[in-house]
Amino acid sequence: MTTEELQAINVDKSVDARGTACPGPLLAAKKAIGEITSGQIMEVLSADEGTKKDIPKWATKKGHEYLGTVEDSGYYKIYMKKG
Amino acid sequence: MDSEFKKQFLDLQNKVNNLEKGTKDQMSMVVFSGDLDKLLAALIMATGATAMDTEVKLFFTFWATAALRDKNKKVKGKNLISKLFGAMLPKGSTKVKLSQMNMMGMGTSMMKKLMKKNNVASLEDMFKMAGELGVQINICEMSMELMGLKKEEMIDYPNLNICGVATFLVDAEESKVQLFI
Repeated sequence: MTTEELQAINVDKSVDARGTACPGPLLAAKKAIGEITSGQIMEVLSADEGTKKDIPKWATKKGHEYLGTVEDSGYYKIYMKKG
Repeated sequence: MDSEFKKQFLDLQNKVNNLEKGTKDQMSMVVFSGDLDKLLAALIMATGATAMDTEVKLFFTFWATAALRDKNKKVKGKNLISKLFGAMLPKGSTKVKLSQMNMMGMGTSMMKKLMKKNNVASLEDMFKMAGELGVQINICEMSMELMGLKKEEMIDYPNLNICGVATFLVDAEESKVQLFI
């Protein structure tokens, strides 16, 4: 998905993990994805560079669809659809 | 529909393959080192694995056992050597040092400051988190005896067992990932 498309998404769940380092964002994402249903969209906010690579890997492994990442000022928004 | 079927088939095939190998989605780790940096690495991997729904079993042995001491607990009835050992070993996860660049504790305290600045959880918090996430900790009984440590001085951890090498071997055999730290 393009950056514009991602920014236009209405997310069902937003996880702000900007105050934690590895493995904080991953654990926060894992916890939050349990609170939405299949097909719903979640975004993870992280200031951690590693998370940008980590979350897509984790999402794919757990059967969720990774939609893309948008870079904001000093942090990333990582989008996924629950599988 | 076709691709959905294919996905389910591949999923099933994957599970059968795993059954044949006799492994579970489980990680076994020998935690041998009592150094702050190595313990931190072990706990980051352990807690990270729980996000993958991987079951995690940590086998604490030798120097690592001292990191599980509770600094607020005191035990009586130790012999002289055990008392000496107890005094020399770090009293819990807040007292362990870096494996390198400790520089009489200066390096360790600098590292702790850096960790705070970079939002990295302290070792103490990592243990708490691991407990909440269901990470199992097994402590080697023989190591505890050698180090003169008693069960009563260990931290309150929800999933803590004292066991021997056979427990580790059986767990490791069933695990997909085995690590030694």
